[in-house]
Amino acid sequence: MIVEYLPQQFVQNLPALIIAIPLLGAFIAPLLKKHGRAAAGWTVAITGVAFLLAILLMDYVRASQGGMVVYVFGADSPGLTLPSGYTVPVRIMFQIDGLGVLMAFLCTLLPFLAAVYSVGFARKETGLEKYYALMMLMTVGMLGMVLTGDIFNLFVFLEINSIAGAALVGFRNYRGEAAEAGFKYIAISAFGALMVLFSIGILYGKYGNLNIAYLSGVIEYSRLDLIALGLLLTTFALKCGAAPMHHWVPDAYGEAPGSISMMMVISSLSSLYALIRVCFILFGGIVISLPAVGWILIIMGLISMLLGATMSLIQKDIKRFIGYQAVSQTGYMVMAIGVGLAVMGDPVAMQTYGRNALTAGLFHLINDAIYMGLLFLAASAVIYAARTRNMDEMGGLARKMPYTAVFFLIGAASIGGLPPFSGFASKLLIYESVFAFNPVLAVVAMVTSIIALAAFAKQFAAVFLGPPLSNLKRVRESPRSMLIAMAVVAFLTVLFGLYPQLVIDWLVRPAVEAMLNLAGYGAWGGA
Amino acid sequence: MDALVTNFPFVIVAILVAIGFYAVAFKRNLIKIVMGITIIESAVNMFLITLGYVQGAYAPIYTMAPEEAQGNMVLPTPQALTLTSIVIGVAVTALMLAFVVNIYRHYGTLDSRKARRLRE
Amino acid sequence: MDLTLLTGYGFWNPLLWLAFLLIFGGISYFLWALRGNPAYKPGTEQVKPFISGNPEPAKDLVHIRARHIYWGFVEGLRGYYSFARKMHTGDVRDYALWYLGVGVVVLILLVGGI
Repeated sequence: MIVEYLPQQFVQNLPALIIAIPLLGAFIAPLLKKHGRAAAGWTVAITGVAFLLAILLMDYVRASQGGMVVYVFGADSPGLTLPSGYTVPVRIMFQIDGLGVLMAFLCTLLPFLAAVYSVGFARKETGLEKYYALMMLMTVGMLGMVLTGDIFNLFVFLEINSIAGAALVGFRNYRGEAAEAGFKYIAISAFGALMVLFSIGILYGKYGNLNIAYLSGVIEYSRLDLIALGLLLTTFALKCGAAPMHHWVPDAYGEAPGSISMMMVISSLSSLYALIRVCFILFGGIVISLPAVGWILIIMGLISMLLGATMSLIQKDIKRFIGYQAVSQTGYMVMAIGVGLAVMGDPVAMQTYGRNALTAGLFHLINDAIYMGLLFLAASAVIYAARTRNMDEMGGLARKMPYTAVFFLIGAASIGGLPPFSGFASKLLIYESVFAFNPVLAVVAMVTSIIALAAFAKQFAAVFLGPPLSNLKRVRESPRSMLIAMAVVAFLTVLFGLYPQLVIDWLVRPAVEAMLNLAGYGAWGGA
Repeated sequence: MDALVTNFPFVIVAILVAIGFYAVAFKRNLIKIVMGITIIESAVNMFLITLGYVQGAYAPIYTMAPEEAQGNMVLPTPQALTLTSIVIGVAVTALMLAFVVNIYRHYGTLDSRKARRLRE
Repeated sequence: MDLTLLTGYGFWNPLLWLAFLLIFGGISYFLWALRGNPAYKPGTEQVKPFISGNPEPAKDLVHIRARHIYWGFVEGLRGYYSFARKMHTGDVRDYALWYLGVGVVVLILLVGGI
């Protein structure tokens, strides 16, 4: 345990620091207007510090009692949840458990790598100080979403996440398509976020409190609560890109700059986190007797998998293609989590395969963030070098960009579920756990995986293989910072594939324990 | 009659939400879509404010509060929520309108049926 | 340190995978090294593509481009793809309508108590 050797004051305030430092960084970045490279270095440093803080935070949360930390803002001491005389929590709180630290790990790792990638990638753009400021702001939004213990706070960070994300999607304002994608993303996000606010209003009007821990204890099976659950469920499914509400995903992922596509992946996954939090903790008390919620997610997952995989086959734009594959991969996670939800009321089934399904879903979440990031980075490196997005105009690029080709191949093999890459281990877990629930789900998942492999075989063959083309004579290998970022992500893909058990023990199991620990989450809430 | 008066704000909220849904889903002009989202936002804000209203209660300001206000004050939370939501709404609206301007610059149209190069 | 991942029915162990990789890599190498066409002579007419004596087209023209790959798959599923293309209109109003539609269905399922 590292945290034992650090000052207590510092360790106790880690949850606030991890938000405050990127926020401070975001507001300082615009001052570096004249020095684009300094802004890049500043962002790399700040996101790197945030990543280290996330690691420390993980250590701190593990060392705390019950594997959970409650941080109270503005109280006399950070751990003072219920001051004397209070029976309900009144202050804004961060509540961090195993699931939160898993997400915090990803929400700081990927922005850090995106910042490293941007050093070379975004060099020639203008307005870089705003780009980097928004990037850090988006990191703050994601981190806040996954750490908060207050449902209104969740809404605020969701909006920060969406606004910064949409502004970054439309960052290349010299392209009309970027503005279109940004508009679609922000319009649909704002619409969804208002429905989140509406259901928060319902919950506040009924229970007079906004604390998730408190609400999870008092929630009851009534019509109003079910309406709130339905609105939250639909909106977070929309925000994580589950079909049939996935239309914004290929637009936004495809038009964003490469590093931002990678951050958009984890931004959607933090909405998936919110979906998990809502289903398992906030409404955990009533969802246990409501298998319909699990089935809704399973059906959304099935549609996402098939629709995303088949739609990607007919794409011309190299990144839009990967965007549809992202929809298909989200389907896997949503389906696995749906299986876990559907059997929550049945202890035997939960023990034999439900827990495995949740483990598989969360492990796939980690892998998906990493290999999707890798694919987007490699595809953007191709666009950067070839100056075209149309796959029909590409070919033979492996001769000019050997490293990028190898990294792309690693990502493609991982998403196709080939051993020993990370996608294989998590997909294997998903197949076996959902097979026990219903064999049809496993069949659909496998068919999707085959289509994904075939689709990436197509993309790799069309873009990287073949004779050298005359219109691509001047293509060069990507700048070094882009290669470094891709190499780190590719290394993680191979590492997580070779040693899945290490990641599961280190990150995923505590998170699954936290997901199912409804009683422990709300224990201090005073309900 | 009393129930109608008490629930009147909620009826207004429902009507506003319906108008907003209609504008977002059926109006072709992008600016009208933005207006639709803003109308929904106002409806949600009004919903929050209505939740915080208690008849005969006092504003939660302790300085110079009258005697009968003791123990008869409303919770300030809904007002705080609404203020936050309004601030966020301004940012969202500004961003959406900025995108609309950019779309018009590049596409020369504000018709959502024509401003869709990203499809399939 | 236990590296074996238990998946419910099966397991995954990287060391085992490496062992199998070595074994099968060895076999593959053996097969590859053992045989080979002795009549193959690089740098002669023999290695050129046979197109009935016609001149060989430029390399740009023979590259199989992205739109040609899986043409048959897409053509075979034409009915499905025409539906799927129609679903992705790219119109922001349709995005909102899909969201509203799914929301209504979810609310009916939950509140209706099915």
